[in-house]
Amino acid sequence: MGRCLVLACGALAREVLAVKAILGLSDEDMTLQCLPAHLHNRPALIAPRVEAVLARRRGEFDRVYVAYGDCGTGGALDAVLARHDAERLPHAHCYALYAGEAQFEELVEDQIGSFFLTDFLARHFDRLVWQGLGLDRHPHLLPIYFGHYTRVVYLAQTDNPDLAARARAAADRLGLACDVLRVGYGDLTAALGAAVGGAANV
Amino acid sequence: MLRSMICTTTRPVAGCPSGMQAMSDDSEIILEDLSDDDLVEQMKDDLYDGMATEVREGTQILLNRGWQAGDILANALVEGMRIVGIDFRDGILFVPEVLQCAGAMKSGMELLRPILSRTDSRASLGKFVIGTVKGDIHDIGKNLVGMMLEGAGFEVIDLGINNPVDNYLNAIDQHRPAVLGMSALLTTTMPYMGVVIEELDKRGILKELPVMVGGAPLNQEFADAIGATRYGRDAAISAELARALVGQNS
Repeated sequence: MGRCLVLACGALAREVLAVKAILGLSDEDMTLQCLPAHLHNRPALIAPRVEAVLARRRGEFDRVYVAYGDCGTGGALDAVLARHDAERLPHAHCYALYAGEAQFEELVEDQIGSFFLTDFLARHFDRLVWQGLGLDRHPHLLPIYFGHYTRVVYLAQTDNPDLAARARAAADRLGLACDVLRVGYGDLTAALGAAVGGAANV
Repeated sequence: MLRSMICTTTRPVAGCPSGMQAMSDDSEIILEDLSDDDLVEQMKDDLYDGMATEVREGTQILLNRGWQAGDILANALVEGMRIVGIDFRDGILFVPEVLQCAGAMKSGMELLRPILSRTDSRASLGKFVIGTVKGDIHDIGKNLVGMMLEGAGFEVIDLGINNPVDNYLNAIDQHRPAVLGMSALLTTTMPYMGVVIEELDKRGILKELPVMVGGAPLNQEFADAIGATRYGRDAAISAELARALVGQNS
Protein backbone atom coordinates (compact mmCIF):
# COMPACT_ATOMS: atom_id res chain seq x y z
CA MET A 1 0.00 0.00 0.00
CA GLY A 2 1.48 3.36 -1.03
CA ARG A 3 1.46 6.58 0.97
CA CYS A 4 -0.01 8.44 -1.95
CA LEU A 5 -2.80 7.32 -4.24
CA VAL A 6 -2.65 8.89 -7.68
CA LEU A 7 -6.03 8.57 -9.30
CA ALA A 8 -5.39 9.34 -12.94
CA CYS A 9 -7.15 9.65 -16.23
CA GLY A 10 -6.26 6.60 -18.30
CA ALA A 11 -4.80 8.98 -20.89
CA LEU A 12 -2.02 9.73 -18.41
CA ALA A 13 -1.30 6.20 -17.18
CA ARG A 14 1.94 5.58 -19.09
CA GLU A 15 3.13 9.07 -18.41
CA VAL A 16 2.45 8.89 -14.67
CA LEU A 17 4.39 5.63 -14.51
CA ALA A 18 7.23 7.15 -16.53
CA VAL A 19 7.41 10.12 -14.18
CA LYS A 20 7.20 7.80 -11.19
CA ALA A 21 10.34 6.09 -12.50
CA ILE A 22 12.06 9.40 -13.22
CA LEU A 23 11.35 10.53 -9.66
CA GLY A 24 12.61 7.25 -8.25
CA LEU A 25 9.35 6.56 -6.48
CA SER A 26 8.59 3.10 -5.19
CA ASP A 27 5.24 1.34 -5.10
CA GLU A 28 5.28 2.12 -1.42
CA ASP A 29 5.51 5.81 -2.22
CA MET A 30 2.83 5.87 -4.86
CA THR A 31 -0.07 3.72 -6.01
CA LEU A 32 -1.60 4.44 -9.39
CA GLN A 33 -5.24 3.83 -10.19
CA CYS A 34 -6.80 4.91 -13.47
CA LEU A 35 -10.24 5.66 -14.81
CA PRO A 36 -11.03 5.05 -18.48
CA ALA A 37 -9.77 7.74 -20.83
CA HIS A 38 -12.95 7.61 -22.88
CA LEU A 39 -14.74 9.46 -20.06
CA HIS A 40 -13.42 12.55 -21.82
CA ASN A 41 -16.06 12.01 -24.46
CA ARG A 42 -18.67 12.41 -21.66
CA PRO A 43 -17.04 14.90 -19.26
CA ALA A 44 -20.14 14.97 -17.05
CA LEU A 45 -19.22 11.45 -15.94
CA ILE A 46 -15.72 12.31 -14.74
CA ALA A 47 -16.57 13.95 -11.40
CA PRO A 48 -18.96 11.22 -10.18
CA ARG A 49 -16.55 8.45 -11.21
CA VAL A 50 -13.69 10.16 -9.39
CA GLU A 51 -15.87 10.71 -6.35
CA ALA A 52 -16.86 7.05 -6.24
CA VAL A 53 -13.21 5.98 -6.08
CA LEU A 54 -12.31 8.62 -3.51
CA ALA A 55 -15.19 7.54 -1.30
CA ARG A 56 -14.33 3.86 -1.65
CA ARG A 57 -10.62 4.28 -0.89
CA ARG A 58 -10.97 6.87 1.85
CA GLY A 59 -8.52 6.21 4.67
CA GLU A 60 -6.30 3.82 2.73
CA PHE A 61 -3.64 6.42 1.92
CA ASP A 62 -1.95 9.37 3.56
CA ARG A 63 -2.68 11.50 0.50
CA VAL A 64 -4.75 11.31 -2.63
CA TYR A 65 -3.77 13.13 -5.78
CA VAL A 66 -6.06 13.31 -8.78
CA ALA A 67 -4.23 13.38 -12.10
CA TYR A 68 -6.93 15.18 -14.05
CA GLY A 69 -7.23 18.74 -15.20
CA ASP A 70 -10.61 20.38 -15.07
CA CYS A 71 -11.15 18.38 -18.27
CA GLY A 72 -14.39 20.05 -19.23
CA THR A 73 -16.15 19.28 -15.97
CA GLY A 74 -16.90 22.96 -15.46
CA GLY A 75 -15.74 22.94 -11.85
CA ALA A 76 -17.65 19.80 -10.90
CA LEU A 77 -14.40 17.90 -10.35
CA ASP A 78 -13.05 20.65 -8.08
CA ALA A 79 -16.20 20.45 -5.97
CA VAL A 80 -15.65 16.70 -5.52
CA LEU A 81 -12.01 17.22 -4.60
CA ALA A 82 -12.93 19.85 -2.02
CA ARG A 83 -15.28 17.38 -0.36
CA HIS A 84 -12.55 14.75 -0.20
CA ASP A 85 -9.63 17.00 0.64
CA ALA A 86 -7.83 15.99 -2.53
CA GLU A 87 -5.90 17.99 -5.13
CA ARG A 88 -5.60 17.76 -8.89
CA LEU A 89 -3.21 18.80 -11.64
CA PRO A 90 -2.87 22.54 -11.94
CA HIS A 91 -4.23 22.91 -15.49
CA ALA A 92 -7.46 22.86 -17.41
CA HIS A 93 -6.29 19.99 -19.64
CA CYS A 94 -3.27 17.87 -20.44
CA TYR A 95 -2.13 20.00 -23.39
CA ALA A 96 -1.37 22.89 -21.05
CA LEU A 97 0.06 20.42 -18.54
CA TYR A 98 2.60 19.09 -21.01
CA ALA A 99 3.37 22.24 -22.99
CA GLY A 100 3.19 24.61 -20.03
CA GLU A 101 0.57 27.32 -19.81
CA ALA A 102 2.62 29.99 -21.59
CA GLN A 103 3.64 27.82 -24.53
CA PHE A 104 0.15 26.42 -24.90
CA GLU A 105 -1.33 29.91 -25.05
CA GLU A 106 1.29 30.92 -27.59
CA LEU A 107 0.38 27.97 -29.78
CA VAL A 108 -3.31 28.82 -29.65
CA GLU A 109 -2.64 32.49 -30.24
CA ASP A 110 -0.47 31.60 -33.20
CA GLN A 111 -3.25 29.49 -34.71
CA ILE A 112 -6.56 29.36 -32.93
CA GLY A 113 -7.53 26.35 -35.01
CA SER A 114 -4.92 24.06 -33.43
CA PHE A 115 -6.01 20.53 -32.65
CA PHE A 116 -3.71 18.96 -30.08
CA LEU A 117 -2.48 15.41 -29.81
CA THR A 118 -0.38 13.87 -27.07
CA ASP A 119 1.44 10.54 -27.13
CA PHE A 120 -1.71 8.93 -25.84
CA LEU A 121 -3.94 10.52 -28.44
CA ALA A 122 -1.50 9.79 -31.26
CA ARG A 123 -1.51 6.16 -30.16
CA HIS A 124 -5.29 5.92 -29.80
CA PHE A 125 -6.44 8.48 -32.35
CA ASP A 126 -8.52 6.01 -34.28
CA ARG A 127 -10.49 4.71 -31.32
CA LEU A 128 -10.88 7.87 -29.27
CA VAL A 129 -11.09 10.59 -31.91
CA TRP A 130 -12.08 9.01 -35.20
CA GLN A 131 -14.47 6.40 -33.84
CA GLY A 132 -15.33 8.46 -30.76
CA LEU A 133 -16.68 11.22 -32.98
CA GLY A 134 -18.43 8.72 -35.20
CA LEU A 135 -16.30 9.55 -38.22
CA ASP A 136 -15.92 5.86 -39.05
CA ARG A 137 -19.69 5.63 -39.46
CA HIS A 138 -20.42 9.17 -40.62
CA PRO A 139 -17.38 10.50 -42.51
CA HIS A 140 -19.45 13.37 -43.89
CA LEU A 141 -19.39 14.88 -40.38
CA LEU A 142 -15.66 15.65 -40.74
CA PRO A 143 -16.12 19.28 -41.84
CA ILE A 144 -18.70 19.81 -39.11
CA TYR A 145 -16.20 18.76 -36.45
CA PHE A 146 -12.97 20.05 -37.95
CA GLY A 147 -14.00 22.74 -40.41
CA HIS A 148 -12.48 25.50 -38.29
CA TYR A 149 -9.23 23.71 -37.49
CA THR A 150 -6.10 24.53 -39.43
CA ARG A 151 -3.44 22.21 -38.01
CA VAL A 152 -2.65 19.35 -35.71
CA VAL A 153 -0.05 20.07 -33.04
CA TYR A 154 1.47 16.88 -31.70
CA LEU A 155 2.82 17.61 -28.22
CA ALA A 156 5.18 14.67 -27.89
CA GLN A 157 6.07 13.27 -24.49
CA THR A 158 8.63 10.86 -25.91
CA ASP A 159 10.92 10.76 -28.89
CA ASN A 160 9.04 8.02 -30.69
CA PRO A 161 9.12 8.01 -34.52
CA ASP A 162 6.18 5.63 -34.67
CA LEU A 163 3.97 8.00 -32.69
CA ALA A 164 5.14 10.96 -34.77
CA ALA A 165 4.16 9.01 -37.89
CA ARG A 166 0.78 8.22 -36.34
CA ALA A 167 0.25 11.89 -35.53
CA ARG A 168 1.05 12.85 -39.11
CA ALA A 169 -1.29 10.16 -40.40
CA ALA A 170 -4.02 11.47 -38.09
CA ALA A 171 -3.48 14.99 -39.43
CA ASP A 172 -3.72 13.62 -42.97
CA ARG A 173 -7.05 11.98 -42.19
CA LEU A 174 -8.33 15.27 -40.83
CA GLY A 175 -6.98 17.14 -43.85
CA LEU A 176 -4.77 19.29 -41.64
CA ALA A 177 -1.10 20.24 -41.45
CA CYS A 178 0.92 18.71 -38.63
CA ASP A 179 3.48 20.32 -36.32
CA VAL A 180 5.45 18.13 -33.96
CA LEU A 181 6.75 19.61 -30.72
CA ARG A 182 8.75 17.58 -28.24
CA VAL A 183 7.56 18.96 -24.89
CA GLY A 184 8.18 15.96 -22.61
CA TYR A 185 6.17 15.51 -19.44
CA GLY A 186 5.98 19.24 -18.71
CA ASP A 187 4.49 20.12 -15.36
CA LEU A 188 3.46 16.54 -14.64
CA THR A 189 6.87 15.79 -13.11
CA ALA A 190 6.77 18.68 -10.66
CA ALA A 191 3.11 18.08 -9.83
CA LEU A 192 3.60 14.43 -8.97
CA GLY A 193 6.82 15.18 -7.12
CA ALA A 194 5.01 17.70 -4.97
CA ALA A 195 2.04 15.38 -4.48
CA VAL A 196 4.14 12.58 -3.12
CA GLY A 197 6.07 15.06 -1.02
CA GLY A 198 9.41 14.21 0.52
CA ALA A 199 9.62 10.94 -1.34
CA ALA A 200 10.39 12.74 -4.55
CA ASN A 201 13.93 12.68 -5.83
CA VAL A 202 13.61 15.38 -8.41
CA MET B 1 -41.09 5.74 -51.68
CA LEU B 2 -40.60 2.38 -50.05
CA ARG B 3 -38.16 1.78 -47.35
CA SER B 4 -37.29 -0.91 -44.88
CA MET B 5 -38.92 -0.68 -41.51
CA ILE B 6 -36.00 -1.00 -39.20
CA CYS B 7 -36.84 -0.14 -35.63
CA THR B 8 -33.65 0.95 -34.00
CA THR B 9 -35.11 3.04 -31.19
CA THR B 10 -36.38 1.77 -27.88
CA ARG B 11 -39.55 3.79 -28.17
CA PRO B 12 -42.66 2.54 -29.96
CA VAL B 13 -42.56 3.58 -33.57
CA ALA B 14 -45.58 4.67 -35.54
CA GLY B 15 -46.80 1.67 -37.43
CA CYS B 16 -44.20 -0.30 -35.53
CA PRO B 17 -45.72 -1.38 -32.24
CA SER B 18 -43.77 -2.49 -29.25
CA GLY B 19 -41.98 -5.74 -29.98
CA MET B 20 -41.59 -4.95 -33.65
CA GLN B 21 -37.83 -5.06 -33.21
CA ALA B 22 -38.10 -8.80 -33.54
CA MET B 23 -39.85 -8.49 -36.87
CA SER B 24 -37.89 -9.14 -40.01
CA ASP B 25 -36.59 -6.02 -41.68
CA ASP B 26 -38.19 -6.70 -45.02
CA SER B 27 -41.40 -4.90 -44.01
CA GLU B 28 -41.89 -1.62 -45.75
CA ILE B 29 -43.46 1.65 -44.78
CA ILE B 30 -45.03 3.78 -47.44
CA LEU B 31 -45.06 7.24 -45.92
CA GLU B 32 -47.78 8.38 -48.30
CA ASP B 33 -50.09 5.68 -46.92
CA LEU B 34 -49.81 6.78 -43.30
CA SER B 35 -52.46 8.90 -41.64
CA ASP B 36 -51.36 12.39 -40.63
CA ASP B 37 -50.86 11.40 -37.01
CA ASP B 38 -48.90 8.28 -37.88
CA LEU B 39 -46.82 10.16 -40.40
CA VAL B 40 -45.87 12.80 -37.83
CA GLU B 41 -44.88 10.06 -35.39
CA GLN B 42 -42.92 8.31 -38.12
CA MET B 43 -41.15 11.53 -39.02
CA LYS B 44 -40.09 11.99 -35.42
CA ASP B 45 -38.66 8.49 -35.44
CA ASP B 46 -36.97 9.01 -38.78
CA LEU B 47 -35.49 12.22 -37.45
CA TYR B 48 -34.28 10.34 -34.37
CA ASP B 49 -32.63 7.83 -36.67
CA GLY B 50 -31.02 10.58 -38.73
CA MET B 51 -32.88 9.66 -41.91
CA ALA B 52 -32.71 12.92 -43.81
CA THR B 53 -34.33 11.74 -47.04
CA GLU B 54 -37.34 10.31 -45.22
CA VAL B 55 -37.81 13.41 -43.06
CA ARG B 56 -37.72 15.58 -46.15
CA GLU B 57 -40.21 13.29 -47.86
CA GLY B 58 -42.54 13.33 -44.87
CA THR B 59 -42.35 17.11 -44.76
CA GLN B 60 -43.29 17.32 -48.43
CA ILE B 61 -46.21 14.92 -47.96
CA LEU B 62 -47.64 17.00 -45.12
CA LEU B 63 -47.25 20.15 -47.19
CA ASN B 64 -49.08 18.43 -50.04
CA ARG B 65 -51.86 17.56 -47.63
CA GLY B 66 -52.29 21.22 -46.80
CA TRP B 67 -50.46 21.39 -43.50
CA GLN B 68 -49.12 24.78 -42.46
CA ALA B 69 -45.34 24.93 -42.54
CA GLY B 70 -45.25 26.17 -38.96
CA ASP B 71 -47.29 23.19 -37.77
CA ILE B 72 -44.98 20.71 -39.48
CA LEU B 73 -42.01 22.47 -37.96
CA ALA B 74 -43.44 22.46 -34.45
CA ASN B 75 -45.14 19.06 -34.36
CA ALA B 76 -42.71 16.92 -36.32
CA LEU B 77 -39.28 18.52 -36.54
CA VAL B 78 -38.90 20.54 -33.35
CA GLU B 79 -40.70 17.93 -31.30
CA GLY B 80 -38.46 15.24 -32.80
CA MET B 81 -35.35 17.20 -31.90
CA ARG B 82 -36.68 17.79 -28.41
CA ILE B 83 -36.74 14.02 -27.88
CA VAL B 84 -33.24 13.79 -29.32
CA GLY B 85 -32.13 16.43 -26.82
CA ILE B 86 -33.55 14.48 -23.90
CA ASP B 87 -31.83 11.28 -24.98
CA PHE B 88 -28.57 13.14 -25.50
CA ARG B 89 -28.79 14.59 -22.00
CA ASP B 90 -29.52 11.13 -20.60
CA GLY B 91 -26.53 9.57 -22.34
CA ILE B 92 -28.58 7.46 -24.76
CA LEU B 93 -27.46 9.37 -27.82
CA PHE B 94 -24.00 10.77 -28.47
CA VAL B 95 -22.77 13.70 -30.50
CA PRO B 96 -22.44 11.87 -33.85
CA GLU B 97 -26.02 10.61 -33.62
CA VAL B 98 -27.29 14.05 -32.62
CA LEU B 99 -25.56 15.54 -35.64
CA GLN B 100 -27.23 12.98 -37.85
CA CYS B 101 -30.58 13.97 -36.33
CA ALA B 102 -29.78 17.62 -36.89
CA GLY B 103 -28.99 16.87 -40.52
CA ALA B 104 -32.39 15.20 -40.84
CA MET B 105 -34.15 18.18 -39.28
CA LYS B 106 -32.24 20.47 -41.59
CA SER B 107 -33.48 18.54 -44.62
CA GLY B 108 -37.06 19.23 -43.58
CA MET B 109 -36.29 22.83 -42.68
CA GLU B 110 -34.95 23.44 -46.18
CA LEU B 111 -38.43 22.82 -47.54
CA LEU B 112 -40.17 24.83 -44.86
CA ARG B 113 -37.89 27.87 -44.61
CA PRO B 114 -38.91 29.55 -47.88
CA ILE B 115 -42.58 29.00 -47.09
CA LEU B 116 -42.23 30.35 -43.57
CA SER B 117 -40.43 33.41 -44.91
CA ARG B 118 -43.17 34.08 -47.44
CA THR B 119 -46.00 33.68 -44.95
CA ASP B 120 -44.20 35.91 -42.46
CA SER B 121 -45.13 33.63 -39.60
CA ARG B 122 -41.44 33.02 -39.07
CA ALA B 123 -39.40 35.28 -36.88
CA SER B 124 -42.49 36.58 -35.18
CA LEU B 125 -40.63 36.31 -31.90
CA GLY B 126 -37.90 38.68 -33.04
CA LYS B 127 -34.19 38.31 -33.62
CA PHE B 128 -31.78 36.19 -31.64
CA VAL B 129 -28.11 37.07 -32.04
CA ILE B 130 -25.86 34.14 -31.23
CA GLY B 131 -22.11 33.55 -31.43
CA THR B 132 -19.22 31.56 -29.99
CA VAL B 133 -16.97 33.73 -27.84
CA LYS B 134 -13.48 34.96 -28.55
CA GLY B 135 -10.78 32.31 -28.47
CA ASP B 136 -13.19 29.49 -29.21
CA ILE B 137 -13.79 27.93 -32.61
CA HIS B 138 -16.37 25.36 -31.57
CA ASP B 139 -19.78 25.79 -33.06
CA ILE B 140 -21.59 22.46 -33.08
CA GLY B 141 -23.64 23.24 -29.98
CA LYS B 142 -24.25 26.79 -31.10
CA ASN B 143 -25.50 25.60 -34.46
CA LEU B 144 -27.89 23.13 -32.83
CA VAL B 145 -29.24 25.88 -30.60
CA GLY B 146 -29.60 28.15 -33.62
CA MET B 147 -31.61 25.52 -35.43
CA MET B 148 -33.94 25.01 -32.48
CA LEU B 149 -34.35 28.76 -32.06
CA GLU B 150 -35.28 29.07 -35.69
CA GLY B 151 -37.76 26.28 -35.19
CA ALA B 152 -39.14 28.10 -32.16
CA GLY B 153 -39.86 31.20 -34.22
CA PHE B 154 -36.80 33.43 -33.92
CA GLU B 155 -34.85 34.99 -36.72
CA VAL B 156 -31.36 33.81 -35.89
CA ILE B 157 -28.41 36.10 -36.55
CA ASP B 158 -25.38 33.83 -36.34
CA LEU B 159 -22.10 35.61 -35.68
CA GLY B 160 -20.07 32.42 -36.07
CA ILE B 161 -17.00 31.67 -33.98
CA ASN B 162 -14.25 33.54 -32.13
CA ASN B 163 -16.23 36.70 -31.42
CA PRO B 164 -14.70 39.58 -29.48
CA VAL B 165 -17.02 41.84 -27.55
CA ASP B 166 -17.17 44.35 -30.42
CA ASN B 167 -18.83 41.79 -32.67
CA TYR B 168 -21.66 41.38 -30.19
CA LEU B 169 -22.00 45.13 -29.70
CA ASN B 170 -22.09 45.77 -33.44
CA ALA B 171 -24.67 43.04 -33.97
CA ILE B 172 -26.87 44.41 -31.18
CA ASP B 173 -26.62 47.84 -32.73
CA GLN B 174 -27.39 46.59 -36.21
CA HIS B 175 -30.08 43.99 -35.51
CA ARG B 176 -31.77 45.12 -32.27
CA PRO B 177 -32.26 41.53 -31.12
CA ALA B 178 -34.79 40.32 -28.58
CA VAL B 179 -32.16 38.04 -27.01
CA LEU B 180 -28.39 37.66 -27.17
CA GLY B 181 -26.80 34.21 -26.88
CA MET B 182 -23.19 33.23 -26.26
CA SER B 183 -21.59 29.82 -26.52
CA ALA B 184 -18.25 28.35 -25.38
CA LEU B 185 -16.89 24.83 -25.29
CA LEU B 186 -13.69 25.46 -23.36
CA THR B 187 -13.20 26.20 -19.70
CA THR B 188 -10.52 28.60 -20.85
CA THR B 189 -12.87 30.62 -23.06
CA MET B 190 -16.11 30.59 -21.09
CA PRO B 191 -14.98 33.41 -18.75
CA TYR B 192 -15.05 35.71 -21.79
CA MET B 193 -18.83 35.58 -21.58
CA GLY B 194 -18.48 37.51 -18.34
CA VAL B 195 -16.38 40.12 -20.13
CA VAL B 196 -19.13 40.65 -22.70
CA ILE B 197 -21.86 40.83 -20.08
CA GLU B 198 -19.84 43.33 -18.07
CA GLU B 199 -19.47 45.51 -21.15
CA LEU B 200 -23.20 45.28 -21.88
CA ASP B 201 -23.89 46.28 -18.29
CA LYS B 202 -21.50 49.25 -18.49
CA ARG B 203 -23.32 50.48 -21.56
CA GLY B 204 -26.75 50.04 -20.02
CA ILE B 205 -27.70 47.41 -22.59
CA LEU B 206 -28.12 44.58 -20.11
CA LYS B 207 -31.20 46.17 -18.56
CA GLU B 208 -33.03 45.84 -21.87
CA LEU B 209 -31.47 42.79 -23.48
CA PRO B 210 -31.65 39.31 -21.95
CA VAL B 211 -28.46 37.33 -22.35
CA MET B 212 -28.39 33.55 -22.58
CA VAL B 213 -25.26 31.46 -22.22
CA GLY B 214 -24.56 27.83 -22.95
CA GLY B 215 -21.85 25.28 -23.68
CA ALA B 216 -20.65 21.96 -22.40
CA PRO B 217 -18.52 23.14 -19.45
CA LEU B 218 -21.06 25.71 -18.20
CA ASN B 219 -23.55 25.31 -15.40
CA GLN B 220 -26.19 27.40 -13.68
CA GLU B 221 -23.75 28.50 -11.01
CA PHE B 222 -21.36 29.93 -13.60
CA ALA B 223 -24.19 31.63 -15.48
CA ASP B 224 -25.36 33.24 -12.24
CA ALA B 225 -21.84 34.31 -11.34
CA ILE B 226 -21.32 36.21 -14.60
CA GLY B 227 -24.78 37.76 -14.51
CA ALA B 228 -26.33 35.95 -17.46
CA THR B 229 -30.10 36.14 -17.69
CA ARG B 230 -30.51 32.44 -18.47
CA TYR B 231 -28.39 29.32 -18.78
CA GLY B 232 -29.39 27.04 -21.64
CA ARG B 233 -28.48 23.51 -20.65
CA ASP B 234 -29.23 22.08 -24.07
CA ALA B 235 -30.59 23.17 -27.41
CA ALA B 236 -34.24 22.32 -26.76
CA ILE B 237 -34.29 23.95 -23.33
CA SER B 238 -32.51 27.00 -24.72
CA ALA B 239 -35.28 27.43 -27.26
CA GLU B 240 -37.95 27.09 -24.56
CA LEU B 241 -36.17 29.57 -22.31
CA ALA B 242 -35.77 32.02 -25.16
CA ARG B 243 -39.47 31.83 -25.95
CA ALA B 244 -40.27 32.48 -22.31
CA LEU B 245 -37.92 35.47 -22.28
CA VAL B 246 -39.93 37.13 -25.03
CA GLY B 247 -43.18 36.38 -23.29
CA GLN B 248 -44.16 33.18 -25.02
CA ASN B 249 -45.23 30.13 -23.13
CA SER B 250 -43.55 27.00 -24.41
